[in-house]
Amino acid sequence: MPETVTATSDFAAAPISLWRRGMNFFATLAAAAAVVLVLLPLGAVFGYLVYKGIGSINWAFLTQTPKPVGEAGGGMANAIAGSAWILLIASSMGVPIGIGAGIYLAEYGRNQFGNVIRFTADVLNGVPSIVVGIVAYAIVVLSQGHFSALAGGVALAIMMIPTIARTTEEMLLLVPNTVREAAYGLGVSRWRTTLSITLRTATSGVITGVMLAFARVAGETAPLLFTAFGNQYWNWKINQPTAALSLQIFTYAISPFDEWHRQAWAGALILIVLIVFAVSAVRIVASRGMLKGTN
Amino acid sequence: MTGPQPIAKPEVVGNSEVEAEHLLKAGNSYVADSVFHFAMLACGLCVLALVGLIIYELMSGSRLSWHAFGLKFFFRSEWDPVNEQFGALPFVYGTVVSSFLALLLAVPLAIGVAVFITEMCPRWLKGPLAFTTELLAAIPSVIYGLWAIFVLVPLLRQYGEPFCARYFGWTSGITHRFGFQGPFEGPPYGIGMLAAGIILAIMVIPIVSSITREVMTAVPQQQREAVLALGATRWEMIRTGVLRNARAGILGGVILGLGRALGETMAVTMVIGNRPEIAASLFAPGYTMASVIANEFSEATGDTYLSALIEIGLALFIVTIIVNILAQFLVWTVTRGTPARTHA
Repeated sequence: MPETVTATSDFAAAPISLWRRGMNFFATLAAAAAVVLVLLPLGAVFGYLVYKGIGSINWAFLTQTPKPVGEAGGGMANAIAGSAWILLIASSMGVPIGIGAGIYLAEYGRNQFGNVIRFTADVLNGVPSIVVGIVAYAIVVLSQGHFSALAGGVALAIMMIPTIARTTEEMLLLVPNTVREAAYGLGVSRWRTTLSITLRTATSGVITGVMLAFARVAGETAPLLFTAFGNQYWNWKINQPTAALSLQIFTYAISPFDEWHRQAWAGALILIVLIVFAVSAVRIVASRGMLKGTN
Repeated sequence: MTGPQPIAKPEVVGNSEVEAEHLLKAGNSYVADSVFHFAMLACGLCVLALVGLIIYELMSGSRLSWHAFGLKFFFRSEWDPVNEQFGALPFVYGTVVSSFLALLLAVPLAIGVAVFITEMCPRWLKGPLAFTTELLAAIPSVIYGLWAIFVLVPLLRQYGEPFCARYFGWTSGITHRFGFQGPFEGPPYGIGMLAAGIILAIMVIPIVSSITREVMTAVPQQQREAVLALGATRWEMIRTGVLRNARAGILGGVILGLGRALGETMAVTMVIGNRPEIAASLFAPGYTMASVIANEFSEATGDTYLSALIEIGLALFIVTIIVNILAQFLVWTVTRGTPARTHA
């Protein structure tokens, strides 16, 4: 695969000409400019979030439900709680299945059938979130007869499973076989070895995968539009429509009211802080080293 | 398991094979192992079942629309829920144009960033820069949309689009000859195809650049050293030694970015204007496949209407799957042989 270099005659013999030096300089400049251009929107997004959002976050925002249009004040407390509730439902389904699938792939799936599952997980990973929403609607909402927190949770769980499965597999494969053999040699059964030795060794790596999947679905909006649907009031019932932070941001952002725009920024700031917190936690855990020899 | 025993009884040694068999089969470990195996297998099968379920639900849900319109569904441009006439052409057009516009803007920047991070920047800057560009991928779509509505769109309306119209407006002269509107023609709404393309580009950059970085890192160090030893400048080394060897993988990264752009929903929905019309101008509002589902699914009255939306979802599913498989294959051709890396 690496080709032999054939274009060398262009620059083999001659001393480095002004043209070539210029091209080199220009290319370096262009690459550096690309970095600046890419960091610009990142800075702009974060800058605006903080600038617009911080003024609107207050006690009422964190503790009250939305007020009707025209009334100032009110908050997103029910949406924040709703997001947490939906994510809890999603994690309770997605994390065990994802880790289980990862264990299967790493410990039993080094064969053709494992390859099929591996490939399918990658396919599932690439399914657009809106399509996952349609499927959760068809499975849960149609059979229940109404929008619900459960439907939102199912949609997000479907999105978490492939990410968790693949990272868990990768992390388990990093555990040296000698560790497994040592456990077998002591007479420990296979399931016990997998759970208490292999999985335990790879714990921080697996947690990284779970957090990444969590961060990925925490801000998802599209699959919740017609599953969790949103709600102006508190709801803790699993079979009732539930508000979510991302849904509320969307509704408020496309509304024509300034007060709602202000709250959309505040909600977005809270959402991004939560996600960045999760991602940085992952980064810290990862940099401690999931195992020797990674990263 | 009770610690070292000083005296081993001879009969135990003689029986050891039977003993081992006994341990494997009889004790709780054989049953427990089997149960565990099947439980894990069930989790693995869940993944298969989910994809099967997605395909089944999309197919059965779209049957009604398929029977009513057939393949022509994707070539008709009327979208009239009242009279139950549905055609997906404007959405297909919007999705394709916004995605390719995004790639056009994102690919050079993403490759530039990847080149800078892997080949040019000082070592201490590598980690932070890589982390920062990955952070772009962690921002949720809806927040990009929010930012685009209140920051990007006003900027485009006031400065960006008038600027494009003034300096690139001459392109209309060419397109008019073929009977089309120019790409930079018409009133600068701000909201429209251009805004959607730009926000998609920002969202696609981290994916393309992280895959590009990955495949560039997979190019053996000797390649670089060999080219440098021949007297090449750094840029010549990158061009002939690195980029050329990694091009299949880079293409894979670009296609993976395309897959992401095709399925992206919220940010696009918030800025594209949501009008089911085909306009050649990038300033004009449009509509994409994902956004029409997002906007109209929960309000769709009538079975054919819902079915038409699900059929759009099915099309989106098939296209993104093909695109993703192609991309993974291309990346694999470059990175095979190098140790697996976590996609963090």
